[in-house]
Amino acid sequence: MQQLVVILVDGLVFSSYLFMVAVGLTIIFGVMKVLNVTHGSLYAFGAYLAAYLVGVYYEAGLPDAGGFLMLLLAPVIVGVVLGLILERGILRHLYLRDEHTIVLATFAAFLMLEDVIILIWGVDPYFAYQPVSLLGSSEIGGLAFDNYSLSLVFVAATVGAVCWYGLRRTKWGKLLMAVIYDREISQAMGINVTAVYIVTFVLGSILAALGGAYVAPTISVSPGIGVEVIVLAFAVVVTGGMGSIGGAMIGSLVVGIARAAAVHLLPEVELFVIYAIMAAVLAFRPEGLFAPAKARRI
Amino acid sequence: MARYDRTLIGLALAFALLMAANFLMPEWVRFIGLQTLARGAVALGLLVLWRTGLISFGHALYFGWGAYTAALLTRAGITDAFVLTVAATLSAGLLALLLGFLLRRYRAIFFALLNMAFSMILYGALVKTEALGSTDGFGVASPSYFGFAPEGEAVTTTLFAFSLTLTFVVVVGVHLYLRSTLGGLTLAIRENEIRVEYLGYSAERAIHIKYVISGLLAGFGGAVMAMAIGQVDPDSMALWTVSGEFVFITVLSGTGSVAATYVGALVFELIRTYAFEYAPHVWQLILGGSLLAIIMFLPEGLWSLRQRLARAKG
Repeated sequence: MQQLVVILVDGLVFSSYLFMVAVGLTIIFGVMKVLNVTHGSLYAFGAYLAAYLVGVYYEAGLPDAGGFLMLLLAPVIVGVVLGLILERGILRHLYLRDEHTIVLATFAAFLMLEDVIILIWGVDPYFAYQPVSLLGSSEIGGLAFDNYSLSLVFVAATVGAVCWYGLRRTKWGKLLMAVIYDREISQAMGINVTAVYIVTFVLGSILAALGGAYVAPTISVSPGIGVEVIVLAFAVVVTGGMGSIGGAMIGSLVVGIARAAAVHLLPEVELFVIYAIMAAVLAFRPEGLFAPAKARRI
Repeated sequence: MARYDRTLIGLALAFALLMAANFLMPEWVRFIGLQTLARGAVALGLLVLWRTGLISFGHALYFGWGAYTAALLTRAGITDAFVLTVAATLSAGLLALLLGFLLRRYRAIFFALLNMAFSMILYGALVKTEALGSTDGFGVASPSYFGFAPEGEAVTTTLFAFSLTLTFVVVVGVHLYLRSTLGGLTLAIRENEIRVEYLGYSAERAIHIKYVISGLLAGFGGAVMAMAIGQVDPDSMALWTVSGEFVFITVLSGTGSVAATYVGALVFELIRTYAFEYAPHVWQLILGGSLLAIIMFLPEGLWSLRQRLARAKG
């Protein structure tokens, strides 16, 4: 029983983390049909900048609560600066090429950014533990969980709700849906597709960096964190159905809880249970659980 | 088609030249050569797939599988290079045949990512298996050739001669395959799969065959790599970034010719070796930068330079 509680809570926290990194990826794919490998770099940049800013902030001896603002400030800076550079500098020139080429271009950019991170922040790990220790811990079913990790669930839920509302209930969301449905027709109808692309990519980048920034206090921020997260996010997005926010949510829940179960029950399979699930889902639902329907072109 | 095939003549010439050069090259050149042959084989498999418009981000699966098969056999006391290579190639081919039944239903990005998922399953399994050395991997015994066990510099000379010979056979085989009807079908599938079906060919079957070929080639490459390095480990054999490097070579080379793949593999190996040697902190920056430059400015790959030059000459 206690183990079940642990698995569920751990799974929920891990799912929230997965959702935060997957949602940006799926939105960018849905709108731009770009499978963005640099998502992993944006995540890593977010984590690094957040850890750095939090460190600087507490060194300066400012009021405790403000440290959390740094966790929000970092992703915005990263998303806007890096997102603009990537979209305007690279992707813009490749929209007319096939999907594979774009994936490869982002893979190339990802390789480059891995080294840029090391050039900026060096190879030593960064720790930004203060936010975690400030929030303390609470007890669920007789076990202690730190409140910071639990708050991740609420942050992820908020991000999900805001994305859903933004897409389904605002004018901007409607424009976006039109572009998702048919890029050329939307352009013909007078939608500024270039602007939609830029905004989408920057927003997706901010979400990726937010994932990294929010997780930064709970991990040691060191080189290579982006490599792992990008394949995880891919697995989640593909399991759930690419381009669907609901799919990303269900995908992260399935994957997150399965991994938590594996960690506690059968640690040997921890690393690949995620991909096994993805392969199993795709075997029965080739486009993922919640993929939007597509017309067959002859 | 001309009465004689220029590519075949070129390949035979290159083979003879390299065979002769084998005894003149310094050890480190031969080492780069061996790695080129290993990675080139995988990229050749990807070329076969790419002609149908499919790209796999998971061929490190077959590469790693082949490498580990060869390594495990040497552990069991079997060191004959021929046996190792054939076993690695066939077992990888068999794996591709099995997974192919599932994968042949997928196209585009799903095909690429599902391949990646399978390669990550192998990676995860290797990392967690203590008996296989976990993240450190384990050593591969030096191979023998029909009872002859070379020593000193002859170790690499023999291995290079052996790998080069097999590579020649493989490349000619793939070239002839691509010229055949079944091979010609690849481009048609890429252009319009449904019409190919209407013509009476099974696109799925053609793709499955190509997938098995690419698996065989990747397994072969893995075996050569394992014997060349004398060590297998998950990070440099089965991680998804390794698959990315194979795709990089394919893009670098373009789909123009089987020979181009090896030129691309050599260029890749040189960029990698020198970037790592002279700029160890920014080698990925250099690698990524060159890949990006190729994608942006030379979309058809290095091979297209030849045609561009020919056109410039008039």
